[in-house]
Amino acid sequence: MTEKQDPGNNEALLLLGCPEVPVQMGIAVYAAHQLAKQGIDVAVAGNEAVIKLLRVSDPDRLYVKKVLNLDRTIGELVEKKRDPGLCIVFAHNDAGISYAATAAYIIKGRLIVIVFGRDAENLAGQIEFPCETIVEKAVHNPTELKKKIDEVFGWHASRT
Amino acid sequence: MNKEVILSGASFKECREYVESHYKEVHFVEPGYRMFDKYIIGVPPIAIGIDGENIIFPFTKPCYGTFLLKIACPEEIEKLRSRKPAGK
Repeated sequence: MTEKQDPGNNEALLLLGCPEVPVQMGIAVYAAHQLAKQGIDVAVAGNEAVIKLLRVSDPDRLYVKKVLNLDRTIGELVEKKRDPGLCIVFAHNDAGISYAATAAYIIKGRLIVIVFGRDAENLAGQIEFPCETIVEKAVHNPTELKKKIDEVFGWHASRT
Repeated sequence: MNKEVILSGASFKECREYVESHYKEVHFVEPGYRMFDKYIIGVPPIAIGIDGENIIFPFTKPCYGTFLLKIACPEEIEKLRSRKPAGK
């Protein structure tokens, strides 16, 4: 893992994968909320299922204010219409690694790939592009993954 | 537009290896290359094959992995051939 500067342009983009692994949504909402508390402009991008889950679980948008369509967001990144200082990619399958590699290629800012799920270590071993990684074999219980994320972002004192 | 699914639920690596081993004409593109109004997702180098009037390329969906698709489209083939090649 390499240390890089925090986002310069104050925008964080969270790219979510398939929501089939339970910890993803909880960790994404937690990270979005923590970043927003730091005054960072946070957007969460996902497929239709991810967007519906966010809308249902956070109906008043208290924790995730901006929700984006994943494909459209990739297009905006490629076309440089969006240039986040921080991008966090959630990956628990091969497709997630593909999205992370794409982000590494098109994003200039800090990139953190959160690799989780039963196959986390094997998947993390496939990462050969420049990024920081947070790896935890978390499926149902987000506690250990949250601890690692807290450490990376300096959120140790959080009691959320 | 008719499409043939050559591989489904595959990994990006399997798709690249399949294209490289099955087609004589292979081009490499960077992630974000636009085809059929979609942006190609993947780990570079992303291999795209050409077989006659057909173009063979990976298409990734978050929940289903990567599909290797074959679609007849001379326009996309022309666009691919005329671009500056990406290094492998």
